[in-house]
Amino acid sequence: MAVSSNRPTSPHLQVYKLPLTGIISITHRITGVLLSVGLVFVVFILSAIAGGQEQFANMQILSALWPLKLIYWGFSYALVFHLCHGVRHLIWDAGKSFNRSTMDRYALIELLISLAVTVNIIVFI
Amino acid sequence: MDYRSPLAKVRGLGSAKSGTSHWWMQRVSAVALIPLSYWLITFLDLSFHEPYQQLVVWLILPINSVCIIAWVLIAFYHAALGLQVVIEDYVANEGAKIIAVWTVNIVFFMLALAALVAVFRILLMG
Repeated sequence: MAVSSNRPTSPHLQVYKLPLTGIISITHRITGVLLSVGLVFVVFILSAIAGGQEQFANMQILSALWPLKLIYWGFSYALVFHLCHGVRHLIWDAGKSFNRSTMDRYALIELLISLAVTVNIIVFI
Repeated sequence: MDYRSPLAKVRGLGSAKSGTSHWWMQRVSAVALIPLSYWLITFLDLSFHEPYQQLVVWLILPINSVCIIAWVLIAFYHAALGLQVVIEDYVANEGAKIIAVWTVNIVFFMLALAALVAVFRILLMG
């Protein structure tokens, strides 16, 4: 049975333009999963330190390679962003700031703060 | 013939299991991780950029050892809780879901143990 093409359809993920809050929401989930994977690297680093000076030196040589540097910067940004949006969730859990006008503003503040803190981590620490 | 009481029947249905405690512990661990992230960032920076001795001296300082151990315990727990939600949202098949959640729990438990063993080895050496 043919369906007339100009009937209204419910918003499907592939045709629905996510608002900024929606994009940030799924990014929170994605960064959470990536950070969980990143924990494997932390175990690796700790084990390298426990393995003694030689293993530690090898780990430092590896971590200086640019693909791994990129992973480290990405991990830092994911961490700071996940932390910022996590705080946002805690504010929501307290029942505050659901009104439309604050949605995009808070989202932008989160993105800017996480960018600023990540740059700070990379450049100054 | 079903001899179970109405209460027992209803307890086996639906999603009302330990969801509230899961949700709450996700928040509690999240709040704890806010200050502890400072120690993770410092630790990573020292590991990548400073000499071995300086890193060990930093890690041996009690405030730093305590906070790194606390970070390990809470972060791996928080990750397992979060991944469980993701799996429950996207894996529809009940059997696959249970296996995936348990796999995540066991893997993160083992990773946390590996991290703790490494920290204690460093503390005993230094």
